[in-house]
Amino acid sequence: MKSSARDFSDNAEKALLNPDLRRALAQVREGFVVKRAKAFAELPEFAALRRLGHEIKQHSLEHLDYYLERYERQVIAAGGQVHWAQTPQQARDIVVKICRDSAAQRVIKGKSMVSEEVALNEALEAADFEVTETDLGEYIIQLAKEPPSHIIAPAVHKTREQVNALFRDHHKNLGGKRDASVAGLVNEARQVLRQAFLKADVGITGANFLIAETGAHVLVTNEGNGDLCSSLPRVHIVTASIEKVIPNLEDLSVLLRLLARSATGQPLSVYTTLYNGPAKAEQGAGPKEYHVVLVDHGRSTLLGTEFREALRCIRCGACLNHCPVYTAIGGHAYGWVYPGPIGAVLSPLMLGMQEAHDLPHACTLNGHCQQVCPMEIPLPSLLRRLRQRGFSDRVDGRRSRWALQVWVILARHPALYRFINDVGAWMMGKVARGGVLHRWPMAGAWTRYRDLPTPEGSGFISAWKRGDRS
Amino acid sequence: MQQPSIEGQSTQPRVALFATCLVDFFRPAVGFASARLLEAAGCRVEVPDGQTCCGQPAFNSGDDASARAIARQVIALFASYDYVVAPSGSCAGMIKCHYPKLFSDDLDMLEQARQLAEKTFELTQFLVDICSYQLPSQQLQATLAYHDSCSGVREMGIYEQPRSLLTAISGLTLTTPKEADSCCGFGGTFCVKYPAISARLLKNKQTALTDTDADLISGGDLGCLLNIAGGLRRAGDKTKVYHVAELLDGCAGQAGIGEDKG
Repeated sequence: MKSSARDFSDNAEKALLNPDLRRALAQVREGFVVKRAKAFAELPEFAALRRLGHEIKQHSLEHLDYYLERYERQVIAAGGQVHWAQTPQQARDIVVKICRDSAAQRVIKGKSMVSEEVALNEALEAADFEVTETDLGEYIIQLAKEPPSHIIAPAVHKTREQVNALFRDHHKNLGGKRDASVAGLVNEARQVLRQAFLKADVGITGANFLIAETGAHVLVTNEGNGDLCSSLPRVHIVTASIEKVIPNLEDLSVLLRLLARSATGQPLSVYTTLYNGPAKAEQGAGPKEYHVVLVDHGRSTLLGTEFREALRCIRCGACLNHCPVYTAIGGHAYGWVYPGPIGAVLSPLMLGMQEAHDLPHACTLNGHCQQVCPMEIPLPSLLRRLRQRGFSDRVDGRRSRWALQVWVILARHPALYRFINDVGAWMMGKVARGGVLHRWPMAGAWTRYRDLPTPEGSGFISAWKRGDRS
Repeated sequence: MQQPSIEGQSTQPRVALFATCLVDFFRPAVGFASARLLEAAGCRVEVPDGQTCCGQPAFNSGDDASARAIARQVIALFASYDYVVAPSGSCAGMIKCHYPKLFSDDLDMLEQARQLAEKTFELTQFLVDICSYQLPSQQLQATLAYHDSCSGVREMGIYEQPRSLLTAISGLTLTTPKEADSCCGFGGTFCVKYPAISARLLKNKQTALTDTDADLISGGDLGCLLNIAGGLRRAGDKTKVYHVAELLDGCAGQAGIGEDKG
């Protein structure tokens, strides 16, 4: 997917003016936040579980080479093939080649964020494959030709009315009376997708976890579409990023308990399936070929940096749901695959500071994301570190750098600071009427949207020094 | 962290009031109220006049070198006091949670930063947890919506302290606004870097606060309160906004934040 992270500010302002988006995003709190809170309120061992989950992922990352090689051996032993893709281009080439080699025409996909990251659909379509997304949200945005706006709910930015209109446009061949209720729309998509499932040659899915001990990949969905993608076509391709590997099933049991609760408030997702290689000879059904494409895309480099903790992410989306900025502007404004707090960390690291320098700043550092992250990723600290990088690379705006430096000089010279502070407070106090200022030089960004409460008239420190006590 | 209570100490602890740059500039009343509360709680209060700001704007903008330079200045200024108290979860949080991080490569400064971090507290936290302060009996017939600042509640763990002090005021009823754990949109430099996003967050917060029909709005961080009061005034809403120190000090009769002194 092509990035528009550079235009964050404009994108965000446009998003704020979109009433449909606002209505759609209003669902996030009821749909995710409230349910998550309820799920964890019923889980007294949450804190301990979270610590354990954090340790499991951290341990896996610290021994990533070992577990990846072990995983590879086990996949091969189960009759599957493992492909290593260092770059998005390599990942696309590998998948296209597998599809070509198997003389495929039709490809169905389960939801996979890493496939969005490497822009797989575009490559497959350019190679003349017919690609159908089968996760309902992904299907909707595929019809709308839009990128996902949320990690687990890719079409969360769409209202029911918009989905209905989209289906009316694209499902013209369906006869009979249409039902515009949510259930009706889901049923309509189900009818269309069923045909795609039955006709597909290749199924592509992501993986929530890769198990080093057994070579299995784990897929968690609520719609069962991932299971159909994995079992009906003759070829199954798994696209997964390298940090998905964990040691064993014991570890999986901990992480699964955290994942669905953090994501949707469910104790477990509706479908949790472990897949081990292609169908065995004695099995009547299932794919004949099983491929895993392991995508690096800079992750192995990240592992050696101060940003490695971001790789613990299990893509539950809780940080997005609890982010006041994300819930105000939606995912598209962030301009790339991963929105919200985790996206504001990953995008600059994967696309470069120059491209995504705004994202780490577009955060109030309120800390809610870190509080809810099941992997205890210190997102505000990571965002601050990116700000440091942006500051030392001089990618921030010149005006804000200049203003900051003036302020720093003042803060480091108390006598000068005191003088400017007191004169400013006195002047503003003189000019203001009615307790607030509607406008003030250089405070336009503040007063465009809110009044500026007036200073009382003299600085506190100076007043105290003079002996004032009230 | 278990801290020794100052009750029963033979000498009064020497407490430096770190007023914060916003209180210094906008709302000296918060500084005076804080000083009176600390004195009433048995402290000897001083306001060192070399204080400017905690350095958070530099730290949050990624300018660590400047943040470090300002932190050194603050550490030197407050080194000799028994405690440092700020009427702000955000500024106290900067000293307590972030100063030590700034000196991870400098063991000597790290030790000094840690010592300062240990003795630095937000006002209500200090009054309740360290001084076990009991508010003298007072009355205020009003309903209050309390806004917990994000740094206060998440970095400093401040939640019960202001409530336990406020509920001692007879006649005062506390209400909890919807989505009380959401940011008001202030975020320091965030509010001027992304004013439109900040304004949306503020609007959500304003709606949640005014929906409570409270007579008063209060909180422990002046940044949030200037933002909230500014939003309310722009919308023509005259609900009174006070820093929690002012309410505890019995100043609710005076002009609120952003209100004409008349």
